[in-house]
Amino acid sequence: MTTLRINGREVSVAGPDDAPLLWVIRDEVGLKGTKFGCGIGQCGACTVHIDGKAVRSCITPLKAVAGKAVTTIEGLDPAGAHPVQKAWIEAQAPQCGYCQSGQIMQAAALLQANPHPSDADINAGMNGNLCRCMAYVRIKAAIKLAAGQAKGVHA
Amino acid sequence: MTFAAPNPDPAALSRRGFLIAATSAGVAMGFAGEAAAAGAPAGFEPTIWYDIGRDGVVTVNVIRAELGQHVGTAIARIVADELEADWSKVRIKTVDSDPKWGLMVTGGSWSVWQSYPIYSQAGAAGRMALIEEGAKLLKVAPGACAARNGAVHAGKASISYGEIVTRGNLSRKLSPEDLAKLPIKPAAERRLIGKATRARDIPGKTNGQGVYGLDAQVPGMVYARPKIPPTRYDSVVTAIDDSAAKAVPGYQKSVALTDPSGTVPGWVVVLADSFIAANKAADLVKVTWKTGPAAQVSEADLQRRAAELIADPKVGALVVGDPGVDEAFAAAKSKVEATYTTSTALHFQMEPVNALAFEKDGVFEIHTGNQWQSLALPWLAKALDRPETSIVMRSYLLGGGFGRRLNGDYAVGAALAAKAIGKPVKLVLTRADDSRFDSPRSPSVQTVRMAFGEGGRVTAMEHTAAAGWPTLAMAPFFMPKATNGVAYDPFSISGADHWYTVGAQRVRAVNNDLANTTFRPGWLRSVGPGWTNWALESFMDEAAHSAGADPLAFRLKLLDAAGRNAGSGPTAVGGARRQAAVLSRVAAKAGWGKPLPPNTGLGLATTFGQERDMPTWVACAARVRVDPATGVVKVEKLDLVVDCGTVVHPDGALAQVQGASLWGMSLALFEGTTFKDGQVRETNLGAYTPLRMTDVPDLDVEFMPSTEPPVGLGEPATTVVGPAIGNAIFNACGARVRDLPIRPAAVLKAMKA
Repeated sequence: MTTLRINGREVSVAGPDDAPLLWVIRDEVGLKGTKFGCGIGQCGACTVHIDGKAVRSCITPLKAVAGKAVTTIEGLDPAGAHPVQKAWIEAQAPQCGYCQSGQIMQAAALLQANPHPSDADINAGMNGNLCRCMAYVRIKAAIKLAAGQAKGVHA
Repeated sequence: MTFAAPNPDPAALSRRGFLIAATSAGVAMGFAGEAAAAGAPAGFEPTIWYDIGRDGVVTVNVIRAELGQHVGTAIARIVADELEADWSKVRIKTVDSDPKWGLMVTGGSWSVWQSYPIYSQAGAAGRMALIEEGAKLLKVAPGACAARNGAVHAGKASISYGEIVTRGNLSRKLSPEDLAKLPIKPAAERRLIGKATRARDIPGKTNGQGVYGLDAQVPGMVYARPKIPPTRYDSVVTAIDDSAAKAVPGYQKSVALTDPSGTVPGWVVVLADSFIAANKAADLVKVTWKTGPAAQVSEADLQRRAAELIADPKVGALVVGDPGVDEAFAAAKSKVEATYTTSTALHFQMEPVNALAFEKDGVFEIHTGNQWQSLALPWLAKALDRPETSIVMRSYLLGGGFGRRLNGDYAVGAALAAKAIGKPVKLVLTRADDSRFDSPRSPSVQTVRMAFGEGGRVTAMEHTAAAGWPTLAMAPFFMPKATNGVAYDPFSISGADHWYTVGAQRVRAVNNDLANTTFRPGWLRSVGPGWTNWALESFMDEAAHSAGADPLAFRLKLLDAAGRNAGSGPTAVGGARRQAAVLSRVAAKAGWGKPLPPNTGLGLATTFGQERDMPTWVACAARVRVDPATGVVKVEKLDLVVDCGTVVHPDGALAQVQGASLWGMSLALFEGTTFKDGQVRETNLGAYTPLRMTDVPDLDVEFMPSTEPPVGLGEPATTVVGPAIGNAIFNACGARVRDLPIRPAAVLKAMKA
């Protein structure tokens, strides 16, 4: 058994030590908002926060998070109203939406570390997150909105 | 001949008549079922398009899959506008498969185009009935009433739709004649269509609440990961060694599937208590297959076979077969000819394909995201040896479609596994599994020729395209016959039957038989125009240069809207004139003809989308900078101008064009894989590298104002970007590239040519 904190709740899970955190979160804990894309940490769909840092859960073994605080998209804000989430709606960023949990978690961590990122900072911070619908223009716009740097694209 | 996209004929539905009937919760509105239409005394079994509850809530049934296009919002607003509904009380329901829906497909950019006339009529029928009943309840003449925002108004009095549903008698049967007389609102009266709104599906995509196929679960389900055979069709399992997998806690067993439908030949599914265990065990299970000739096939073999077939003028389907082509070439003052290729490309939708399958109460349920339920159901029926009526596909959000999920082959694997073990099975493919089991975009080879007569006049044109045909592989019933009687895949050649007036024209579609036997070619965003427009629009620049003409002026002269290019209504009205308009507009916006810095070039391209009877007029200007030392191409700006008729959901439309154009850029510069030993070589992001945020250029999209009927938007912008970039590269540094994707080495080589 491994004990960790997910979204403020202490949970004990039975998976093997090397079980990818992603599947533990999805299938053991039952939080389905974190997605599976590539399995090799290169698409970012599985991004969660571990002790506040954005991490690829698909390549994070369960034993590495023992005793740590894991935050998933469901726990980013109790009402789903984190400034990044609100900006995502304001910018109408998602298309299929599958990568967006990961994009939002990555963006939230980016803004936590750098509240006023430049375009280059956003590119560098977000380049590891693939959006196959290629909604990048709006993802970037949403990050700027969340950072209070731009007006909404929408009435 | 020209292929007509399968628009479910609104007139055919209208012939059934329209029913409004009381239900336990309110009223339901829909086109009559077959039985009612035949005059049989059957009860109310309409195709229910929407219902209105006593609380006034309008629920619109949507048969289209939500895969990022916000399709429910667009379709519901078509109904709601004509119904004069209160948008805040409109709900969207994505339905499961049911024969009553008729053709259930989300592809071809057809959703809004096909839905528009039917849902408009359904909305108008409801509005008129509500006005009639509302007038009675208000004790005024219907002529004194107007419907607006979910209520019927007469002077200062008004009554809500909910109250009319509760107190009135809305039951109606509208004859086809009644339907034909329904007043569809003029464009000036539209209150939702074309107005800004937020997509209803977006909030659930920001908080983890949206439920995708991967998220479907039932108690007691067994997890499965397949062992994908070395080749798509001709691999036969000869041995399974799972001795190493037995050490994995939770591993159950490995089962070789028997598939009467031939959809997943050679599959072995590795079953376990969890995906973690199934995934780990699958890596340890050793399967031995006997392979056939496909296991030797490489990308070069596929291209060689395509070129060989093209060289034989007797092969293929004559899609356009004007007389006089050979005579015009024989008499030509000058000729241009060029050959273009495209490499294999993957869908690489973010959510790897997956499905949950189980039998419950005599019905086999398949829980999965899918784009073409009507295609998958017969496969499932054959695979499971049970009637289609005892199978249902439950709908979920799709983590990307792009055509991958038009092919529901993965559902068959899950269903067979569930049948084999008699338990619910959750089948999940890893990314590499997904790539190897993809129905990729076929590689293609195309040859284009043009003949010039006196004064540089274009007298003939010939375009031959050879590729694997997805429709032959998966939906041969969708294949029309060409002018020479040969059945062909319309989606593999569309785009070559362009709107330029070029004298005698010949368009020949050739099936690359080696492609179809080696792998299962897929429909990938735009399908044929992904290659035909690469060739056509690169060639138009080459032809212009050869004629000493400006590529813009050359095109505009040929887009004269003469003869068959005049276009006819409803959706193709205006024809080539509208294509010329978007092209002129984009050229003006991008500053065509103005001086640019060294190694920088502007390139143009245009498209009409896919089918001639649903043209979406698009033009693109790409500005690129080429590094002369490395051949690396940097796209600085993409301008796009689109005429898609009425824009139903403006922000959703913009999103589609933004995404599609970046898709086009990604396919042009960053994607592409190759077949090796009968399989795709690049299977994950280490090697297959779609466009990322840093690659995004300055992107400007403009829609032409229009009140013509809406056409499709999901795909067309994909196919203009590649040739616009290719033409820009030529204008930047004189390098003509003819192979997609465009690699720096090819640019360098072409610079020296």
